[in-house]
Amino acid sequence: MANHGNHSSHAESHGSLKSYVIGFILSIVLTVIPLVLVMNPLFSKTATYITIMIMAILQFVVQLFFFMHIREGEKPRWNVQTLILGLFIVLTIIGGSIWIMAFNV
Amino acid sequence: MQQVAKNHEHGHAHDHEHGHEEHEQLKVLGFWIFLVTDCILFGTLFATYAVMNHSFAGGPTGAELFALPGVIASTFILLTSSFTSGLAILAMNKGKVKELIGWLIVTALLGLSFIYLEVTEFIHLVHEGATIATSGFWSAFYTLVGTHGLHVSIGLFWMLAIIIQLRRRGLTPVTRRKVTTLSLYWHFLDVVWIFLFTVVYLMGVM
Repeated sequence: MANHGNHSSHAESHGSLKSYVIGFILSIVLTVIPLVLVMNPLFSKTATYITIMIMAILQFVVQLFFFMHIREGEKPRWNVQTLILGLFIVLTIIGGSIWIMAFNV
Repeated sequence: MQQVAKNHEHGHAHDHEHGHEEHEQLKVLGFWIFLVTDCILFGTLFATYAVMNHSFAGGPTGAELFALPGVIASTFILLTSSFTSGLAILAMNKGKVKELIGWLIVTALLGLSFIYLEVTEFIHLVHEGATIATSGFWSAFYTLVGTHGLHVSIGLFWMLAIIIQLRRRGLTPVTRRKVTTLSLYWHFLDVVWIFLFTVVYLMGVM
């Protein structure tokens, strides 16, 4: 995890080797699981869709926390607020498009 | 950040430098905002792809042509390069310029092999009769995947420029900030690829 508190000596702000290695391993696991699920289907199609989307979102979170250090930085965290606004816009565009097209068949 | 606090301890002699570093922090925030706008760009391309998902116009479908082995290789290559760009940041925090440049070179080589695989894939697809003009689906596919590939290619040139700057100037607040933004950019491209891999390729072959 982001153990910057007890690493004050030289790891200035951006995490430690441990946090990068954990992030890397988690990313690999979160890539292999969807691959296995798609290549040997265990669940129904819809369940697989949902599972691999969740894996992708989890991997996004892993990159944000372990690699991009979203939790660090000065206190009004403008970057996090901007990101939330951006994600809201992205979800509206994608969700809205899919929703509209669902009534177009 | 802690770097700024460190300069405080050095007293007033470093006041100028302090202001400078705060300015660099602001630039990192500016870069975050750029990444968020880039996120919206990719969002619109993903939306287009979702809308065009079944518009094959009688041409080949994605499921017929996608070759997963190459795509899986690209995925792990980009994932590893995201990790090595993180190792570059760790080397920078320890003040080791040579190690930093070394990890940046490893990251760039991985990025280069990613681009090589992508170009090979595109050539293969075109030979199979799926060009950007074939159907709505393939237009959306090439625009989405190609925009990501273009981002990676630009990142490679940027990385090369920063390696040259690090050789010439060493670690200064300015070069530090540049390496920080570059690694943020690289992690961001990995995140975009994960969604590309999931939505375009994995869901495409199902």
